[in-house]
Amino acid sequence: MTVETSEAVARTAEKPKAAKKWITVDGNEAAARVAHKTNEVAAIFPISPSSPMAELADALSAKGEKNLWGDVPIVLQMQSEAGAAGAAHGSLQAGALTTTFTASQGLLLMIPNMFKIAGELTSTVFHVAARTVATHALSIFGDHSDVMAARSCGWAMLAANNVQEAHDFALIAQAASLRSRLPFIHFFDGFRTSHELHKIEALSDDDMRTLVDFELVRKHRARGMSPDRPDLRGTAQNPDVFFQAREACNPYYLAVPIIVKEVMDLFAAQTGRQYKLFDYVGAPDAERVIILMGSGADAAEETVEALVARGEKVGMIKVRLYRPFANDVFLAALPATARSVAVLDRTKEPGATGEPLYQDVLTALAEDLATGNGRFERMPTLVGGRYGLSSKEFNPAMVKGIFDELSKAKPKNHFTIGIVDDVTHTSLAYDKEYDLEPPDVVRAVFYGLGSDGTVGASKNSASIIASATKMHVQGYFVYDSRKAGAETVSHIRFGPRPIKSTYLIRRAQFVACHAFQFLERKDVLAEAMDGATFLINSPFGPDEVWGRLPIETQQQIIDKKLKVHVINAYRIAREAGLGMRINTVMQTCFFALSNVIPKDQAMEAIKKAIHKSYGRLGEKVVNRNLDAVSRSLENLHEVKVPAKATNPLRRIPPVPATAPDFVQRVTAAIIEGRGDQLPVSALPVDGFFPTGTARFEKRGIADSIPIWDKDLCIQCAKCAIVCPHAAIRTKVFDEKDLEAKPGTFETLPWRGSSGGDFKGKFMRIQVAPDDCTGCGICVEVCPARSKTEVKHKAINMTPRLDHLEVERKNFDFFVDIPEVDRSKADLMNVKGIMQLEPLFEFSSACPGCGETPYLKLLTQFFGDRMVVANATGCTSIYGGNLPTTPWGANKHGRGPAWSNSLFEDNAEFGLGMRLALDQQAAQARRLVEKLAPRVGDNLVRAILTADQTSEAGIHEQRQRVAELKKLVEKVDSEDARELLPVIDDLVKHSVWIIGGDGWAYDIGFGGLDHALASGRDVNILVVDTEVYSNTGGQASKSTPRAAVAKFAQAGKRTGKKDLGMIAMSYGDVYVAQVAMGASDAHTVKAFLEAESWPGPSLILAYSTCVAHGIDMSKGMEHMRDAAASGYWPLYRYDPRRALKGEPPFSLDNQRKKITARDFMQKEARFMMLSRSQPEIAEQLATQAQRDIEERWHLYEQMAKIVPAPMTAPAVSSAAGASTAAPPAPEGEE
Amino acid sequence: MKVDLTTRWLGLKLRTPIVVGSSPLGEKLDTLKRLEEAGAAAVVLPSLYEIELEHDEAEIVHVLDQGTEAFDEATSYLPDIQDFHTGPKDYLDRLTKTKQALGVPVIGSLCGMSKAGWADYARRMQEAGADAIELNGYFVPTDPELDAKAVEDRYVESVATACGAVSIPVAVKIAPYFTAPVHFARRLQKAGAKGLTLFQRVLDPDIDLEELHVGVDTHLSGSDELGNTLRWLAILHGRVGCDLAASTGAHKAADVLKLLLAGACSVQMASALIKNGPEHVTSVLKGVELWLEEHEDPQVAEVEGSLSQLHCEEPQEYEHAQHHKKLIRYTHHGE
Repeated sequence: MTVETSEAVARTAEKPKAAKKWITVDGNEAAARVAHKTNEVAAIFPISPSSPMAELADALSAKGEKNLWGDVPIVLQMQSEAGAAGAAHGSLQAGALTTTFTASQGLLLMIPNMFKIAGELTSTVFHVAARTVATHALSIFGDHSDVMAARSCGWAMLAANNVQEAHDFALIAQAASLRSRLPFIHFFDGFRTSHELHKIEALSDDDMRTLVDFELVRKHRARGMSPDRPDLRGTAQNPDVFFQAREACNPYYLAVPIIVKEVMDLFAAQTGRQYKLFDYVGAPDAERVIILMGSGADAAEETVEALVARGEKVGMIKVRLYRPFANDVFLAALPATARSVAVLDRTKEPGATGEPLYQDVLTALAEDLATGNGRFERMPTLVGGRYGLSSKEFNPAMVKGIFDELSKAKPKNHFTIGIVDDVTHTSLAYDKEYDLEPPDVVRAVFYGLGSDGTVGASKNSASIIASATKMHVQGYFVYDSRKAGAETVSHIRFGPRPIKSTYLIRRAQFVACHAFQFLERKDVLAEAMDGATFLINSPFGPDEVWGRLPIETQQQIIDKKLKVHVINAYRIAREAGLGMRINTVMQTCFFALSNVIPKDQAMEAIKKAIHKSYGRLGEKVVNRNLDAVSRSLENLHEVKVPAKATNPLRRIPPVPATAPDFVQRVTAAIIEGRGDQLPVSALPVDGFFPTGTARFEKRGIADSIPIWDKDLCIQCAKCAIVCPHAAIRTKVFDEKDLEAKPGTFETLPWRGSSGGDFKGKFMRIQVAPDDCTGCGICVEVCPARSKTEVKHKAINMTPRLDHLEVERKNFDFFVDIPEVDRSKADLMNVKGIMQLEPLFEFSSACPGCGETPYLKLLTQFFGDRMVVANATGCTSIYGGNLPTTPWGANKHGRGPAWSNSLFEDNAEFGLGMRLALDQQAAQARRLVEKLAPRVGDNLVRAILTADQTSEAGIHEQRQRVAELKKLVEKVDSEDARELLPVIDDLVKHSVWIIGGDGWAYDIGFGGLDHALASGRDVNILVVDTEVYSNTGGQASKSTPRAAVAKFAQAGKRTGKKDLGMIAMSYGDVYVAQVAMGASDAHTVKAFLEAESWPGPSLILAYSTCVAHGIDMSKGMEHMRDAAASGYWPLYRYDPRRALKGEPPFSLDNQRKKITARDFMQKEARFMMLSRSQPEIAEQLATQAQRDIEERWHLYEQMAKIVPAPMTAPAVSSAAGASTAAPPAPEGEE
Repeated sequence: MKVDLTTRWLGLKLRTPIVVGSSPLGEKLDTLKRLEEAGAAAVVLPSLYEIELEHDEAEIVHVLDQGTEAFDEATSYLPDIQDFHTGPKDYLDRLTKTKQALGVPVIGSLCGMSKAGWADYARRMQEAGADAIELNGYFVPTDPELDAKAVEDRYVESVATACGAVSIPVAVKIAPYFTAPVHFARRLQKAGAKGLTLFQRVLDPDIDLEELHVGVDTHLSGSDELGNTLRWLAILHGRVGCDLAASTGAHKAADVLKLLLAGACSVQMASALIKNGPEHVTSVLKGVELWLEEHEDPQVAEVEGSLSQLHCEEPQEYEHAQHHKKLIRYTHHGE
């Protein structure tokens, strides 16, 4: 093999080289392009940050792009990463070149198959965008905890440090895997590399053909299973032979380092880029050395070069081939002069003697020393350190800090860097001001608002410069974890050399603030260097803008001598017909001001880019953007900077002074972007956080907000029930509550008899002006119109700033009015329910989100006694991503207890909660019974026989339990002490298992099915958007036929799974399909029935989503049409009806005027296909219509089916819980 | 007696006076072929709506942009489909295919009001193979500052721009609502129009009494709408120097004959063909033929405008616009 390779190297060296082709891509694209070219099958599943690799592979195949062998690879989405690994395993065993892409828990789900794939010596490469594994919290960001968890599988592991290497190593891994027969994990750092835009040298097909040995591919195929040459695989072995068989693979592992080296040499001969198993950089006689792998290596290399240049004896080793770890090669790379060595791991293994790479190095050195005649005569001082967990910054200042530590006689071992550990004092101190940014690298930072086009414009600028000049570019984009009013920060570098600065820009020559409102709250000039250019998008002109800047900003401008320019980008974009997209405007200004390339050349390049980006969407769009370019240049103005800052205006603090201590200390810092500075002691040790924190984060992101016109209001409360953010509310109160009201606080006498027993009271509709996202859904659903001007309703969208002061005061007063007596509200009536306090408020979901109104409604019903198991997805992000959470508590401190386990196991997680609560309730009942003589028999009887099927019943039980608690506290007995921790379980607790369709239909379906079959009292709410919303709209098994989604680019060819029908097949599961916009009363009824059914319940709630391609302010209208067209029938299947001999299934809506096709035509997810493949679109639409007709027909028949005599469904109720099937709620037909 | 049904329109020779008007009939090639077989002499395709194209593009951009580049885990929400069909491409492709499939002239129809748009799309229709273009612009002047002249100027300028952009003939389909139609017609002719089509059917607004929404609706024409077309054909005939085509109210042979006699050189039919099918053309033509035979007029071209205001015995009848008793003439006072 060695000889062959050398010959290949020689041959390659002789070949004439093609011209270099540069491309500007991110790490995901860099890897996926090679993977698609060199594979025949890809089994995929979305998980951040690897999803774009799968999406690209799918898109390339959808476009018909061929691999090296002239075939279009099959790309198939699976139900989970476990499924993807299984499918990949099967495909590999059947002889196809197969790959997959994953990260984090996804990789962990693949582990069982990965052991098998390695055990069977199978050539494959899995591409991993390395991501933090969830522990005390989920994190989508990058570290090596996932790949480290997979290191015992027996796979070779190759680490790419940057975008170029992600491209190159994808190929090297593929080639080496075929030669070695060992599977390879090719990994690079999530986000830092996977999402970093870089100009790289592209590999040609010729390069790939040279590296991938086709003869070995044929051998791989020949090893595939075939009935023509049958063999037996996957046997079960016994103590007699398993061990020996396990050792049989050793020669293959021993060969890998040599093979990878040869492939790297061959690669170098072909491309000129030479990699080694361990790349040493630095002084040949280095005394201090650090060892690491991944994106941090580039930052370290930059630092080492700088330190060596000033004469320091330092060096570093970049680990490329991590597994198998080649001790001898490693030792040869480490200078014998090394006196102190730090091994850096981007992972944490609590309880270990050290992190993995540290242990490997330690072993290698120890073994070397143990031989007595190895490379080293004495053990260098060896320390291990952790850095960069969850994409924590890792920059030259930290690298320098580590080298400084290594200079000490006794450097700290098992240190951390980049944080302040004031608890166990692991962290190293370092000089934060140390900086390496060279003067010839242009650095620009852009602050933008999500969806305003800032990130797109930054990417475009980078691409323009990359293609128009010889400069190297790097773009990195920091996003918000909030979906509404999200902020983005784009960090762009341009320079004459490849850019190795794998960290955020700290000193920029150009700073742009694309959203004027940021200046109110953020320090956007923190990164501005002295003399930098500052570009502001502002509604105020060059003369007025200065006076609108907070004094802190004014002072920074003066101190740093910034050159300030202003443009009214929103006006220009609007005038050019571009709506709110200011990307073209701001991009033009950047080029006009930055002089990165000559202005004329830049403008030409921008125009070319416009044609490229928008050409496919139409000429008008192109022309509008071109128009915006010239308008921008005409309207860009310099601002005269006075000598003194004078404005009384100050930046607004992140949370009000009234917020609790934890929120002031911790949450506020995170909101302000100072989270990096929080010490270890500030953070909860177990990841448990307080709820109800979103209310402190007054974000003020809406342009316009709904303002109430009480004269028109009919008090239906529809505005409140549909509000996705709980930002428009209603409350009923007594006149006496209004004594201290602001003068602007208008109210109406409670009208009518419905909604509850509130005669003689008053009510009001109130907006939360700083929490509203301005989505407008409330106004869309308001049915009350002016008689004289129909467009004027009882609430109307009005500019926020016109009402801010007044409504702030009103809202504060409104919140403080005592909450309504819950037992007085009519819970079967929307108006009544909306008087109840929502314990889910101000979520950061997308404006107009279709999911959140359901969650808010749930909390209004059951919030003070509900436990939530939440699947990973949108719900867990807007529900539980720091800094704040919308899940809240009432004034008694009661509210939903919320937790997220994983994506795949949520039903089991919630079922487990049910088991614990049932067991605790049983314990409590047993103990109460025992304590009856001490606390009074009557109270105990009342508690044990309480009817808790109504609000009033629960209220009374709470009072009894409170009374009991007081009595028990006085009893000195073991039983009393045992009872107290579980005493509250005597009040009925409601378990809610919540997630999206990706969880329920796909990855979590097995567990969901089991929870449904358990007979236990769990309530499952599926907020069904018919795609994986959180990861960007990939198809799920809920996606209907004919819809276009990621992974179903050419339209989904198969029909939607009928999950409700599957659940109904158990007979004892309450099932409902609801759509709030179609019937809020039906939704309400279903929620109450589901909760009151003492067995499993499943609610499928239609949820509109941006991925539907609709105007989100019209979400409720889409829901209405979905039901009316038969696309989403409303129904309830209630086992209680079967017990009464009635048909358990009730089809609850009627089909009206609109056809399913009419409905589908209003959504871009269905219409997109008719734009690209009209014939297929037509065919699929016809089939989809048929699906809908058939389902409707089936449901109509079902609604007529009465149960067979004597077949009452059995409910295996939870032990000890109040077990009697409750009477049907009122309103039952 | 063999009747000659041939006529001319916009310099094109027509084998019969019946032209398929701009309508959904032009969407399917099969239907157009049947219409040609049934005797239609030319087809005006459905309109390319400038505003629709713009709206469509803007909507697609908006939907694809919504929510993008804002959140770590989802930088977009819909797949990035590269081969979208937006803009006039589909329309122009259909025009070319229609032209290739039919023997009779194919006329492109363009609906819009922007000067640049008319010139650009007209040029592209010519390139796609159109034998002529019918401009079908109508805008509702809601601005109180806009006077009648300014409204007319806007049409005239757009027509001039479109006519200047192409070498094929251009007809203008006008609405029945102008202050001084004859004067306006002459201005259009001077601006380059080779023909006028009378009249457009504009969408009517409607109010939903349940939802209190305003919507628009369209309905098929009937023979009872013939009168206004007759009036203005008759009045314009001989007073403007371009071809006149009738387009509203022709349902049966008698309607076609009346329109020809009033001054049309060709008659566009749409509603009647939608109702009765393409073969209806044949029966209408038979009726026309029969009448010509009966009246011993062997040529359609000869009867065109024979009862126009300038040629009829009762020119004042075309001017009666109000209900009054028929004016009885007691004395002869003609030349």
